Amino acid sequence: MSIPISMTVNGKQVSKSCPANRTLGQFIREDLGLTGTHVGCDTSQCGACTVHLNGDAVKACTVLAVQAEGAEVTTIEGIGTKDDLHPMQTAFRACHGLQCGFCTPGMIMTGIDLVNTASRDNVELGEAEIREGLKGNYCRCTGYQNIVRAVATAAQQMED
Amino acid sequence: MYNFNYHCPSSLQEAESLYAKSEDPMFLAGGHTLLPTMKQRLNAPTDLIDLAGLTELAGISREGDVLQIGAYTRHADVAASELVQAAIPALAKLARGIGDTQVRNRGTIGGSVANNDPAADYPAALLGLGATVVTTKRAVPADEFFVDMFETVLEEGEIITAVTFPVKGDAEYIKFANPASRYATVGVFINRHNDGVRVAITGAASSVFRCSEYEAALSSSFAESALNGITLRTDNFNEDLHASVDYRAHLCAVIAKRVIASMV
Repeated sequence: MSIPISMTVNGKQVSKSCPANRTLGQFIREDLGLTGTHVGCDTSQCGACTVHLNGDAVKACTVLAVQAEGAEVTTIEGIGTKDDLHPMQTAFRACHGLQCGFCTPGMIMTGIDLVNTASRDNVELGEAEIREGLKGNYCRCTGYQNIVRAVATAAQQMED
Repeated sequence: MYNFNYHCPSSLQEAESLYAKSEDPMFLAGGHTLLPTMKQRLNAPTDLIDLAGLTELAGISREGDVLQIGAYTRHADVAASELVQAAIPALAKLARGIGDTQVRNRGTIGGSVANNDPAADYPAALLGLGATVVTTKRAVPADEFFVDMFETVLEEGEIITAVTFPVKGDAEYIKFANPASRYATVGVFINRHNDGVRVAITGAASSVFRCSEYEAALSSSFAESALNGITLRTDNFNEDLHASVDYRAHLCAVIAKRVIASMV
């Protein structure tokens, strides 16, 4: 059963058909060729596949592409450009918040959601809140220290 | 995951009629249990009926001393709701502790309740607060709703539309979370009000349960020491690589005492 779907991905209207059992992660990577979104565990645990669905961080391995019908999807490719990085990307680079880089797109997308939500709810983002907010994203290289620093740094810059 | 027919109805009647017409259908809410189990082929429905289009199922309202949460309300929305925070802060806190950010942005209260995972958080709140599960067919008290592991009184094709919580007394929920999944190894929800004390425990046994031994002890004396010397029946307690039966029984007392300490 192939189903026609339309959504906005990184500001562009996309219309395609796909089988019902295609995940949003597969759709983004294989049908749209946006391979910045990484699928790690494919069991909704590691968070590498995190994208924004209507502004909220979600794990693209556990959303069906058909569930994103009519939605606005933002992937790592949609938040900045090579010459004009998003503050979260700049902070990850400045703080060396990565080693192998596999988890980084998911970390950055969750980090942005975390800062936006904290700002909406008037919550101050301390180290504990950042660590709690990143619970759904695994990094097997860094030990998280610099990732937490990067999100804290970006949070300040995004506030300014 | 095997392929299936996908439907996204725009009314409850349409959802029910699609269910009746399909060979082996399942309803899809946030999908954060169902989709992973479909990938593992533990579930292989012929038809998925997505409830996302039923906007009447989402939302939170309060009328007097009744807080109503629509079945398709996401954990993140319950956690952030000022209505919930003001009425039953323990419920907002519980929602904030489910899974992780991404899970809370998809998972729904109706989905969690219908699934009745023995380690899920929401069943403890429903049972602890004496909530009512409202469905397309009836209203069921939480005391009668949860049957056993992954089993409720829901019939084929019956859809949860809302959960209503009485707003009375004070309440608290604390869980000993599995550090990886954030499911409750043991979670204790206590509600203290004029008519007595309700204690619901999740994670420990094959299904969430009310702990009559703790309730009796706390009704006569609401203090940590009231639980000393109480031995729980553990016939249906869970044992897995995370915790033995004895450890879970021990945790029930430890976590319940922490809840009491935070309420006195």
